[in-house]
Amino acid sequence: MISHPRFYWGETGNDLTQPLFKIPIPSSRALVPSGYGYVLPDQNGWSRYLHFQTAWVVVFTGLLYVIFGLLTGHFRKNVFPREDDRSWRAFANAVAGHLRFQRPGTEEAWSYNLLQRLSYLFVIFVLFPFEIWTGLAMSPAFVSAVPAAVTLLGGQQSARTLHLFVSLALVLFVLVHVFMIFLAGFRSRMRAMITGAKITGRAGSETERT
Amino acid sequence: MNDSLSSKPFSNKLSRRKLITSGLATVAGVTALGAAAKVAQKYGLVPPDHGGFWGPGETLNYASQRLLTRHSLAREFSRSQISKPPFPNEIPPFNDAFKKLQAGGFADWRLTVDGMVARPASFSLDQLKSFPSRSQITMVQCEEGWSYIAEWIGVPLSHVLDVVGILPQAKYVVYFSIDRDWWDSIDMDDALHPQTFLTYGMNGDTLPVGNGGPLRLRVPRQLGYKSVKFITHLTVTDNLKAFGKGLGSASPEGGYAWYAGI
Repeated sequence: MISHPRFYWGETGNDLTQPLFKIPIPSSRALVPSGYGYVLPDQNGWSRYLHFQTAWVVVFTGLLYVIFGLLTGHFRKNVFPREDDRSWRAFANAVAGHLRFQRPGTEEAWSYNLLQRLSYLFVIFVLFPFEIWTGLAMSPAFVSAVPAAVTLLGGQQSARTLHLFVSLALVLFVLVHVFMIFLAGFRSRMRAMITGAKITGRAGSETERT
Repeated sequence: MNDSLSSKPFSNKLSRRKLITSGLATVAGVTALGAAAKVAQKYGLVPPDHGGFWGPGETLNYASQRLLTRHSLAREFSRSQISKPPFPNEIPPFNDAFKKLQAGGFADWRLTVDGMVARPASFSLDQLKSFPSRSQITMVQCEEGWSYIAEWIGVPLSHVLDVVGILPQAKYVVYFSIDRDWWDSIDMDDALHPQTFLTYGMNGDTLPVGNGGPLRLRVPRQLGYKSVKFITHLTVTDNLKAFGKGLGSASPEGGYAWYAGI
């Protein structure tokens, strides 16, 4: 992004074509007309290595997570909306309750509520797969074998632009998620999330916020 | 180990069992990895820059894409999709050898082909142009994020390799720019690929210097930096260790991956 902070729609885009939008940062390449009088140092080599190595970690752990989530019933029990929540009325109530900042009931405090479940579903089954798809659609070798991966998205530069927005959505999810955990009792919930240990202490209690 | 076993029998029974199972698991894991590495090596799925911290990711990229794309063709576009004008990227300053050849209209430009070939040769641009000419409308895609589409005219590298007769043990083609700091290599899948061209023309005209003229190797299934400009020398080899730092190209020496299919 820093080496070319210009984003396009369609198949191609470069310094000679009109961008869809520009990110107002200096570039690490001299030719890019960023409007700044200086060029940042090039960081693409190691950041590409890091990107692809962590991408494999995401793919492998993600596959394990989805397979075990399906086999153990984790998705059915904890992530898909509860039976009595599968209606527009339940959804509207949940949204209205959130907008009025209602405190969750005791039962809800120990489980995932409807909006939480819907956002987890969206992240696991929409955002992550779409991020991987848009990433692969930028690979000239991958699309030589699977051209539809890029043509369905409207072109290689469209894939790059979509990849940026989906990655921003994922970052936003992480930030909001950690912020909500902070409100609900940071230490016990962080511990529970990372180690799988049971949550101790009352949710939202003052002692947990220290 | 034995001392503590006698003093604390219960906890150490557990730790011994743990030790044996984890030991066995480690041995099995290492054996499996070793076997996988052997198979991968045998089928040409290990890149020359597979060492170091980023090695696992690079090996997975190369191996998975080789299995998926051994014979696939890079996307080709229609004439109406050609970018106007084609984008000439930044080029390091030309050396004296290049400037001299440029002053002579590249009439004395030579391409030397040697290494594991039956008939080492040196070709002029006119000789290369006398070989069957092919064209493709493909995309140049830079790792930086920009791209353009152009018609590339040239001779398939496989034809030149046929003329010089590659030996059966050949595994890689190493290619050098007139600027000796700029060199790269491809495996035989890419070298013999029908879209890998030695290009001397673009969009119906001669190849502009800004886009790599007079002679650029096009490898359209990989990112732009594998399509090295100003080619003067090809070497066919079965081992990349003897070239530079042995990582397969100048790119890993500068911090970039050898395989650039993604």
